[in-house]
Amino acid sequence: MNIVVAIKHIPSIADDLPVSGNTVDFDSVDFVLNEFDEQSIEQAVLVKEAVGGTVTVVGVDMIGELDAVLHLALAKGADKAVKITGDDPAADSHTQAKWLSEAIKGMSADIIFAGVQASNDLDGQIGPMLAAYLDMPYIGGVSSVEVAGDSATVNKEFAGGVGAKYEVSLPMVVGVQASVKPPRYAPVSKVRQVAQTATIEKVAPSGEVSSGLTMKKMAPPVVTGHAEMIEGSSKEVAAKIVELLKSKGLA
Amino acid sequence: MAQKYEKAIAIEKDNIVVDGIDVSGHWNRMFEQRVITEYTPELIEKIADIPNAESFANCYQCAKCVAVCPVDVVGNYGPRKLYRYAQTGMDLTEAPELWLCTTCANCLRVCPKEVNMVKIMPAAREQAILDGKFVPNELQQAFENTAKSGNPLGQPQRKRDAWIQSAGVPVPIIKDLGRKVNVLWYVGSYPSYHPRGIDAAAAAARIFNALGIDFAILGKEEKDDADSQRLAGEKGLFEMMTEQNIETFNKYEWDEMVVTGPHELNAFKNVYPKYGFERPVVHYSTFLARYLDQLKPLLQHSVEKKITYHDPCYLGRHNGEYEAPRKLLEAIPGVELVEMQRNRENGYCCGGGGGGMWMDSFTAKHTTMRLSEKRAMEAASTGANVLAVACPFEVSRFTDAVKSTGNEHVDVLDILELLDKSMRGE
Ligand SMILES: Cc1cc2nc3c(=O)[nH]c(=O)nc-3n(C[C@H](O)[C@H](O)[C@H](O)COP(=O)(O)OP(=O)(O)OC[C@H]3O[C@@H](n4cnc5c(N)ncnc54)[C@H](O)[C@@H]3O)c2cc1C
Ligand code: SF4
Ligand code: SF4
Repeated sequence: MNIVVAIKHIPSIADDLPVSGNTVDFDSVDFVLNEFDEQSIEQAVLVKEAVGGTVTVVGVDMIGELDAVLHLALAKGADKAVKITGDDPAADSHTQAKWLSEAIKGMSADIIFAGVQASNDLDGQIGPMLAAYLDMPYIGGVSSVEVAGDSATVNKEFAGGVGAKYEVSLPMVVGVQASVKPPRYAPVSKVRQVAQTATIEKVAPSGEVSSGLTMKKMAPPVVTGHAEMIEGSSKEVAAKIVELLKSKGLA
Repeated sequence: MAQKYEKAIAIEKDNIVVDGIDVSGHWNRMFEQRVITEYTPELIEKIADIPNAESFANCYQCAKCVAVCPVDVVGNYGPRKLYRYAQTGMDLTEAPELWLCTTCANCLRVCPKEVNMVKIMPAAREQAILDGKFVPNELQQAFENTAKSGNPLGQPQRKRDAWIQSAGVPVPIIKDLGRKVNVLWYVGSYPSYHPRGIDAAAAAARIFNALGIDFAILGKEEKDDADSQRLAGEKGLFEMMTEQNIETFNKYEWDEMVVTGPHELNAFKNVYPKYGFERPVVHYSTFLARYLDQLKPLLQHSVEKKITYHDPCYLGRHNGEYEAPRKLLEAIPGVELVEMQRNRENGYCCGGGGGGMWMDSFTAKHTTMRLSEKRAMEAASTGANVLAVACPFEVSRFTDAVKSTGNEHVDVLDILELLDKSMRGE
């Protein structure tokens, strides 16, 4: 079974996000693995453990630091790592999906995992676009995958806590909401060992598309509103809250 | 190598003659198989076979340790019990019990057989981590943050010295200073980033300035000591941080390092020598106690408080410093120092050691109360209105604990903050 996981490196929000022109000032932020991709790596490794095969992680290297995340994925159980030397931190998801699909084409993938979305652009398009470019079915919002033969049973989540089981034939693209088990921990000793020994295959970006969108302006949100701490006994506080809600027409 | 066990076989004799006298009778028989004869000793050996965890097998069940184990006070714990659990079927590397020990070393102090949880726990945890066993989620997060950002809080490295602004006095960065200093002050992660930790860091900066100490900090080059991560089982992470830290420390010329936290003291003084770093390191309390004569005239404002002092495990039991913090507190005019029942060598752990700092919700599921809450109640029972601490983990832990136990009237303050208050007035 050839399992492929598309992963994305995004600016960390542990720090302020400095804006420079129409985009984030990429030089002064740290990059981290998109948290949904931690889930999809885990789900992919679980599938491999269940039915055998190889897990290949592939990502677009946007700032020349993708190796660290690829090493982490290898330490968590992936077998091969491929990076597309994009070197354009502002490449939009249409462009990235095109590059990824071109890189994945030669991998004869049976199942391709992507996170449901990345928390930088919240676009949620990579999975569906990959499926379109590769001419495969797509199922997103998935919280478990069980492969048997040339089909898979996946659990898809809907709003309001509703879930549904689907049987999907392979090959397919899966958008992972959550892995069936929490992502495993990769000990630093293992990550370091992987970093010293692993080889990462480099692929040049190929294909040109555009979302047709142009960024006009990027600015940090303006801070508005304020918080008021209500003092007094719990009864007084409750009474004031009720009063406040009424005055705002909310109760 | 751990001692090997045979499976216990119950001895049951119908007739027994001792010195020619027949002593057969129901009383010398086992009425039924003893529980432990149902089990093989494999699960004890499994732990004792891990390098550094050998002493687990030494236990002869005397139970001295249970009486002093802080976790037993809020649960069912202690080396004796862990041994017994292992004897009756618990695989420590897979049990929640693996994560509850704070490596406080109180059991080691009393154990006649030198069963050493401070070595056993990190070794068993490391094994569990390497084998891909369960690791509490919050702890994983702290590990990942440390590896990624250089501190367990996950704060950006480039903001490590942002706290300086709140000090109101010069805090030189050694790189910018470009010369040798007497004191390299290692600030630590919590004093650099945690809002209450920053208060202590700013206080220390003002005290060092007032004493005219020639000091500097590492600023953005400083990274976490990772000692608690090591004790929580992430030795690889500890070694990575150690390599980086030693390289940074050795880049500069300084005579002595002063650390804000006992965990850093433990790392740099007791563990780093194994990695080739052997330079003088002291805790701030030990350092400032040397300056008592110069410090006293600076402590001009009376602090009319009844203060009880909590001995941090890694300052007290692990590093033998009990008196310097008390001397500093007694030097403050107006202070009445009272002791909690469990003090000095028998100090009660705050629950933050050995990775406990990052497992609060996990631990809460397996204990009746947080250790910090138990301790906050003990502090309040002395009638003190200030709980003085000397470890950056403790300010936040106890501040939460006094609130959750209804003891908000007890202020939690680092000794540094109390000295600073007395220096400057409120
Ligand atoms: C690791 C270990 C292994 C041992 N192995 C063996 C062995 O193989 N064979 C052997 O013969 N001996 C063995 N012993 C010793 C033996 O268990 C003890 O010597 C004996 O059981 C203690 O009896 P005691 O009456 O002297 O103790 P005590 O301390 O007087 O009695 C202990 C028990 O008596 C009861 N008790 C005590 N005081 C009171 C009170 N005031 N009111 C009500 N109840 C009370 C309690 O149930 C208490 O648990 C072992 C001891 C240890 C620690
Ligand atoms: S004090 Fe030591 S020998 Fe005694 S029960 Fe505890 S661990 Fe075992
Ligand atoms: S080190 Fe402390 S917490 Fe751990 S078992 Fe011993 S007494 Fe209990």
